[in-house]
Amino acid sequence: MNELVFFINNVVIAGSVTGSIYAIGAIGVTLIFSIMRFAHFAHADMMTFGAFMALLLTAIFPGAGALVGLPTAIVMLPLAMLLTSALAVGIDRAFYKPLRAHGVKPIVMVIGSLGVTLMLQGLIRLFSGTGGQSLYIDERKEIFRLALPFENVRAPIVVTEPQVILFVLTVVCVLGLHVFLSRSRLGKAMRAMSDNPDLARASGINTNTIVAVTWVIAGGLAAIAGTLLSLDVTFKPDLSFFLLLPIFAAAIVGGVGHPYGAIAGGFVVGFAETLAVFNWSILLRPFGDSLPEWLVQANLAFVGTEYKIVVPFFILVAILIWRPTGIFKGKVI
Amino acid sequence: MTAIIDVRHVNKAFGGLRVINDCSIQVEAGSITGLIGPNGAGKSTLFNIIAGSLPLDSGQVLLDGEDITNRPANELFHKGLLRTFQIAHEFSQMTALENLMMVPPAQAGENLFNTWLKPTRVREQDAEVRRRALEVIDFIGLHHVRNELAGNLSGGQKKLLELGRTMMTDARVVLLDEIAAGVNRTLLGDLVGNIERLNREMGYTFLVIEHDMEMIARLCDPVIVLAQGSVMVQGAIEDIQNNPEVIEAYFGTA
Repeated sequence: MNELVFFINNVVIAGSVTGSIYAIGAIGVTLIFSIMRFAHFAHADMMTFGAFMALLLTAIFPGAGALVGLPTAIVMLPLAMLLTSALAVGIDRAFYKPLRAHGVKPIVMVIGSLGVTLMLQGLIRLFSGTGGQSLYIDERKEIFRLALPFENVRAPIVVTEPQVILFVLTVVCVLGLHVFLSRSRLGKAMRAMSDNPDLARASGINTNTIVAVTWVIAGGLAAIAGTLLSLDVTFKPDLSFFLLLPIFAAAIVGGVGHPYGAIAGGFVVGFAETLAVFNWSILLRPFGDSLPEWLVQANLAFVGTEYKIVVPFFILVAILIWRPTGIFKGKVI
Repeated sequence: MTAIIDVRHVNKAFGGLRVINDCSIQVEAGSITGLIGPNGAGKSTLFNIIAGSLPLDSGQVLLDGEDITNRPANELFHKGLLRTFQIAHEFSQMTALENLMMVPPAQAGENLFNTWLKPTRVREQDAEVRRRALEVIDFIGLHHVRNELAGNLSGGQKKLLELGRTMMTDARVVLLDEIAAGVNRTLLGDLVGNIERLNREMGYTFLVIEHDMEMIARLCDPVIVLAQGSVMVQGAIEDIQNNPEVIEAYFGTA
């Protein structure tokens, strides 16, 4: 039973954490793609920016969280989301809109977004420094240890407060997005624009508004993902940047342009990573008596932890061969 | 008679190719005006310029006296200037009915706050739009495919859906770009009937690009002939059909 708890802690919880972060990030990437038809490489740095805003606000109002019993960074999250949305809309106005107005090819937009990435990274480093910083200022990270009511189970299931908040926020985001896209007229207009922008305009839909709304949503989601990631570990100016490729893998695996696909893809990639680095021989230990010793002692992980980053690419290659449009057959919301 | 659409000295070039060449046309309010011409005469380009889908190089476009030069298509839609596309456009991932329900402007549900604060009003309006969409879909004879994804409809059905779109809102001017192409004869009769009815009963003005001369003859008065980016002649269809210049433009010198 201790082995099972170990499995839950190291695979189920760790996979859900990674999967949630990837999913929230990938939703933003996929929404931007479905509306503006380009891969937005600066998305990870928008996540970092959101986390940095949360860090700054936490430093300015250190006691705010204690009043409601949540980490201060979570209390500041709505404000950080607002600032990140404003940044996203601002970046669009300053860099992407002029390109769009010239009717450039999507690849030019992609290269433009790489430029924005470099610029944002530089700016954030300039103000935050290059080291890691905890988002818990004068606070303690709450850790829940759930002991299981079984005999001779010593190890508890361990989950931290930011992880619980992450799970809750992921569910809220997914449900909120679903209601928004399927019920509200603005959401339907987004679907319409991703399907056929010319017809959307001819149907009286203001496509500039839709673009702005897309950036607001993508910015808000990026801030959530970045802040929760930094709460789970620590804030670093390049923390989210290293997630860029798995997030793109998640978006493509799910079917790029398809938000539900992005959610599924996020969890597929997240769980694949944790399952691939998990040492499966641990689960064999209870049956150690009837199995050869070398098997029980062996490291049965598929890849070493340091090679975790290659896992999304194996999935990506498999998906591109086997189902090139992704799990959900993406392209249109 | 007043001109509801007034195109004044419009020029448009793609690279070195001058497609519209000092072109001026007037469409009278309440008319069904035909726009014909050989391939490459600039008909669709002129349409795109009027409809705000294409910026012009120089010149001016007026809608009922108001300058609408280079205004975006969505703004013109709200002023009552609608268009259909030569190659039928549809929201492929929505059903035929949902396609029509996308159209009506200024629905309460458009405002995100209303969705939460005034759900009853949004729902009532939604029900009304649905009622209208069902009427329109009956009218264009697509009732049996109303719940199919529009992307799966046939070319002709998509054309009908295009016409249906213009019937979802109170338009003043509708630009029809080869609405008859790919529609079978029986449906075509209905289509012409519908256009005439909309013109007579709802007061829609139509500007029609069409290659089907029979349809032009039945529907349009006056007819404008475009050649090499400017107006060649303009008048009743009988005069046009007997005009030697027009025959030459279409068939080359005899």
